[in-house]
Amino acid sequence: MPKVLLDVNELSTKYVTRFHEDVYAVDRVSLKVEEGKSLGIAGESGCGKSTLALSMMGYYFPPLHYVSGDICLDGKNITKMDPDVIRRKILGTEISYIPQSAMNALNPTQKILNFIQDVIWAHNPKATKEEILNLAKERFKLLGLPESVLYKYPVELSGGMKQRTVIAVSVILGPKVLIADEPSSALDVTSQKMVIKMLVDLMQSGFIKAMVFITHELPLLYNVVDDIMVMYAGQIVEKGTADEVVLDPLHPYSRGLMGSLIVPEEGMREQKLIAIPGAPPNLKDPPSGCRFAARCKYVIPQCTKIHTIDMQELGNGRAYRCIFY
Amino acid sequence: MDNGSGSCLKCVELTKVYGMGRTKTLAVDHVSLEIHNKEIVSIVGESGSGKTTLAKLLLGLTEPTEGEIYFLGKKRDISTHKKRLEYWKNIQAIFQDPYSSFNIFRKIDDVLLDCINMRDGKNTPREEKIRMMSEACSFVNMKFEELTNKYPFELSGGQMQRLMIARVFLLKPKILIADEPTSMIDACSRATILDMLLKLNAEEGTTLIFITHDIGLAYYLSQTVYIMKKGRIVESGTAEEVILHPKEAYTKRLISDVPKIREEWDLSTVVYSTE
Ligand SMILES: Nc1ncnc2c1ncn2[C@@H]1O[C@H](COP(=O)(O)OP(=O)(O)O)[C@@H](O)[C@H]1O
Ligand SMILES: Nc1ncnc2c1ncn2[C@@H]1O[C@H](COP(=O)(O)OP(=O)(O)O)[C@@H](O)[C@H]1O
Ligand SMILES: [Mg+2]
Ligand SMILES: [Mg+2]
Repeated sequence: MPKVLLDVNELSTKYVTRFHEDVYAVDRVSLKVEEGKSLGIAGESGCGKSTLALSMMGYYFPPLHYVSGDICLDGKNITKMDPDVIRRKILGTEISYIPQSAMNALNPTQKILNFIQDVIWAHNPKATKEEILNLAKERFKLLGLPESVLYKYPVELSGGMKQRTVIAVSVILGPKVLIADEPSSALDVTSQKMVIKMLVDLMQSGFIKAMVFITHELPLLYNVVDDIMVMYAGQIVEKGTADEVVLDPLHPYSRGLMGSLIVPEEGMREQKLIAIPGAPPNLKDPPSGCRFAARCKYVIPQCTKIHTIDMQELGNGRAYRCIFY
Repeated sequence: MDNGSGSCLKCVELTKVYGMGRTKTLAVDHVSLEIHNKEIVSIVGESGSGKTTLAKLLLGLTEPTEGEIYFLGKKRDISTHKKRLEYWKNIQAIFQDPYSSFNIFRKIDDVLLDCINMRDGKNTPREEKIRMMSEACSFVNMKFEELTNKYPFELSGGQMQRLMIARVFLLKPKILIADEPTSMIDACSRATILDMLLKLNAEEGTTLIFITHDIGLAYYLSQTVYIMKKGRIVESGTAEEVILHPKEAYTKRLISDVPKIREEWDLSTVVYSTE
């Protein structure tokens, strides 16, 4: 049996806001990532992808709060662990997270090497400058980054180079699992491909043991990950292998997403794109029943009458949340 | 007379140099191109290739270092404030970050009202203005009633870009330059935005200059494609010619860099850049 590195079971979390209008951003999400595998999370902005990433690391700092469910990281249940302990003992070494805007959040007055020193000292205050420099040089060489980057300020780097640097630093403490949140969405197609190659190389060389890749770009996910989950309004609406979800989507929402992809392939110009009408529901007060019902062309009265719609499991990890199909 | 195929916007040997001395950047390098009335043209290139600078030159937002611009067959003259305002009635733009183009303290109905007033607002009765604003909103599949009294930051990125298109619908310029209008918004809303640009072209006859780093979008949208590299146009032709039968290695790379579904996306050929 392959080892499950990340095992999330029926996890629900919420944002508690000042006016007591809670935002239920993650609703009963279950997922498993086995050693050697990568999982993609797709869905439009605001559906809860970034919140899910924080939630499954146990990163519960206000306004984010745990509601229910379980998280096991490499066999260890971290659900009830103090978030401060998670930050010190788990983040960076067991699991690493590259936030969406990480490359633009680099301290502009700090050289990359000083940034790396801070990351390492936070974990191991005894490391010497020389040890850190040697480690940084070795890693940069391994990951195809020029050593000169170490002595540069963030503004001196192109967007693609900044992002590759952020990735190199995020794995410098040797985490088993890497969560990359929209790592290439702000880049042009050429830099995007370099960033993706770097992530794929990290997986293939066994440098990281598992990866969660978050993006709204489906063709990208399709080419990078083993499995895909489609998220809608805080819930998973479909999961399966990349082939299954992209080539044979079951949920009407996933089918809608596939129907509006634009790729430079022959015949694309003649194709009529079918954009999904309407907007997702407000997560402060999500509708009961199917959350996609208001935008779904297959909607029937039961879709909104049934209070909760469960995932229909088809075996082998394939599942979808729809009563019609 | 406008017969639908005349020259709309033309530039000859257009050049822009930023800075001076050692920090000099040749952002646009002797670019010549001619865009016809009602045409949809894409300009495609990697980041830093000079696309936005070219857009700013065409818009008259920055002075060319060298070269000429012709509008409707005549040399463009924006030497006075009045002439510039007249030119901007004919050419409008949508940028990557929709929030940056709006005054965040102005309500959305006022933003739309400004567009009407800019055209011939003085003689339009109030009911007619409301009708025009509602029409503009329904053009982009939004409800005017839902937008009244809202501020721009209350909208999502996709809704903001649609509002920008509603503005263009009201302003009715001859030319619209859309500079990466979908690169900061969700892939899911991308098709909606592109289809609205196509509708603007089909129903209003707006000449469209679409700027992108994603050649897939150019292929879907445009009739003519210009490929830009380090400030120069290195290849051009019909969308089919350029994308299905590219000649330049650079164009081939731009195509191969876009992740695809039915065709293989080969990562083994990626060469890491050192800058
Ligand atoms: N700090 C916060 N406080 C309150 N609500 C938030 C906060 N961050 C995100 N949200 C809300 O949670 C939902 C999910 O957001 P997010 O996880 O960022 O989605 P995604 O990453 O898919 O774009 C959205 O409705 C968003 O408005
Ligand atoms: N205001 C400016 N001052 C100096 N250099 C600039 C300025 N704007 C752009 N550049 C430089 O000009 C080149 C082209 O930039 P730009 O037109 O923004 O390209 P693109 O839109 O294709 O990314 C780049 O090298 C960029 O750094
Ligand atoms: Mg996010
Ligand atoms: Mg630009």
